[in-house]
Amino acid sequence: MQRGTREYTLWSIGLLIVVLFALVPVLWLLMLSFKTPDTVSDGSFIPNAWTLENYTGLFEGGFESPLLRPLINSIVIALVATTIAIALASFTAYAIARLDFPGKGAILGGALAIAMFPPISTVGPLFDMWRTLGLYDTYAGLIIPYLTFALPLAIYTLVAFFREIPWDLEQAAQVDGATPLQAFRKVILPLAAPGVFTAAILVFIFAWNDFVFAISLTSSDASRTVPAALAFFTGESTFTSPTGNIAAAAMLVTIPIIIFVLIFQRRIVAGLTSGAVKG
Amino acid sequence: MAGIQFDGVTKRYPDGTEAVKKMDLSVEDGEFMILVGPSGCGKSTALRMIAGLEDISDGELRIGENAVNDLAPKDRDIAMVFQNYALYPHMTVRDNMGFALKLAKVDKAEIDKKVEAAAETLDLTQHLDRKPANLSGGQRQRVAMGRAIVRDPAAFLMDEPLSNLDAKLRVQMRTEVSRLQQSLGTTTVYVTHDQTEAMTLGDRVAVMRGGALQQVATPKELYADPVNLFVAGFIGSPAMNFFSAEAENGKVRLPMGEVDLPQDLSGASGKLIAGIRPEDFEDADLVGEHRGSGFEFEAPIEQLESMGSEIYAYFKHEGEAASSDELSELAADIGGGDLPSDAHGRAVARLDPASEVRQGEKARLWLDPARIHLFDPESGHSLRTREKEPA
Repeated sequence: MQRGTREYTLWSIGLLIVVLFALVPVLWLLMLSFKTPDTVSDGSFIPNAWTLENYTGLFEGGFESPLLRPLINSIVIALVATTIAIALASFTAYAIARLDFPGKGAILGGALAIAMFPPISTVGPLFDMWRTLGLYDTYAGLIIPYLTFALPLAIYTLVAFFREIPWDLEQAAQVDGATPLQAFRKVILPLAAPGVFTAAILVFIFAWNDFVFAISLTSSDASRTVPAALAFFTGESTFTSPTGNIAAAAMLVTIPIIIFVLIFQRRIVAGLTSGAVKG
Repeated sequence: MAGIQFDGVTKRYPDGTEAVKKMDLSVEDGEFMILVGPSGCGKSTALRMIAGLEDISDGELRIGENAVNDLAPKDRDIAMVFQNYALYPHMTVRDNMGFALKLAKVDKAEIDKKVEAAAETLDLTQHLDRKPANLSGGQRQRVAMGRAIVRDPAAFLMDEPLSNLDAKLRVQMRTEVSRLQQSLGTTTVYVTHDQTEAMTLGDRVAVMRGGALQQVATPKELYADPVNLFVAGFIGSPAMNFFSAEAENGKVRLPMGEVDLPQDLSGASGKLIAGIRPEDFEDADLVGEHRGSGFEFEAPIEQLESMGSEIYAYFKHEGEAASSDELSELAADIGGGDLPSDAHGRAVARLDPASEVRQGEKARLWLDPARIHLFDPESGHSLRTREKEPA
């Protein structure tokens, strides 16, 4: 009991440190986003004068506002990239986990190699290619590079999950009269749901957070995403820095991620396959 | 409902190994056929070929009148119970059992009716809305059975369905399976490595080894008339004792002494292997009126195991251990030390519980010469010429 309590205390302290380390900057940013422009640099943690102007300012002017278009761009691009990536990756991962086919090693190796590839080294060529192909500053122009990096990530995650699903289940479904596609859709996919959602979250966050491609392959609000748009914020005048606005926008950008994770983490329940096999 | 015919069916893997070799087997309509053998003998592969989960490399497999070699599992109208049950964990018991019907687009009311009827038979009614994770092993096993019976398929395939249950539940479910099969009258192929299950459940039993069928017969015939050393040693528990023997002029010399051979074996001669089942020995004092017709000998009792209803007496015999390639392969197949007549010159006798033999002392034992089996040490074949009943 003695040891249990001590361990518990140590764990708690450890966790507290980690949580503080992670949350203090966020909290600091939150406080900053409520400060008026002239108190931004006063050094106090709690704002001396509270204001919501930093937030309202972001949306002033509707579609002409600094944040609304980029926010919509970000959401659409990240969602489309996630959907396509998960759809393609679940088929690929399923084939890799279940079947023996020539080139399986090459696919996995290739996926890993691409995931390791530094994105910055592809930006230059992409910039040229996209301008020639007319993809520069379009949604597709960002979704495609996101897919190349998101797919390996999703495939690796999903292969691990698919491997955990007993093959007997699929065979049982086939004997029960299911076509391979029905077996996949009605038995395998629901069981792999935790894996699918894990992969979806990872891909979404990757696409949402990307800055390198977003800043290089866009030139206007037509497709510029939030991380890139933040870099283009200007103050009210040449001499005021938009610190408050940037802080407010940064907070807003975090919110969809939190919502996305909260929705899907409920689905990521361990032990979903328990009870399938053995007695 | 339909019979199942194996016609020279072979399963060859890409590396050239053959899991099932030219198998010819005919399962009659409504028959309960058991495939039994040690692990790796090809019995599960054979079953999975019926299900369509393994490709057939050669030969033809027919269900009813139709060759099904190229049919997908879903088009074969068979239901399968898997060793680990393979229940869909995300579905309730009701959905698990109704899944096949739902895929077949049977209407909802009809599915409910069939599922509930099956649940009734299997005593699952109060569990219909639970998920497999919340069921006990025995209940999961019953759901797996239920999933098969709601479909009313041409045949049931069962792949060691009881092997994950504890001993007591297994015996109970064994009776259940038998009752169910009898009441439904559906052709059933049942795979097991447990020879007790094989003997108690099947109308007929097919013993397999190394991908080849050894003998297909009723349990009784299999026990009384094994065609070779493998079947003799595999069927029966404790296993048959094997002794080196030499036959001449209607007599056979066993380590225990010279014994008159029964009529049908009197022509045997040369170096042979004799097989005697433990129950064909008895404590000489308890034999009663048949005593004169048997052979008596004295042997030191090394160990006694009392089971209550019977006593297993392990006794030592002089003489070398029976040796044959077949026999050593058999020992390896069924897990080494399982054969009582191992290299140490030991044999086991099953005695009446009233017997007063003592461990460490000599005892007078009796054996029934009419029940001796003789095998050719080279081929492993039984020398018994007794006419086989038509299968």
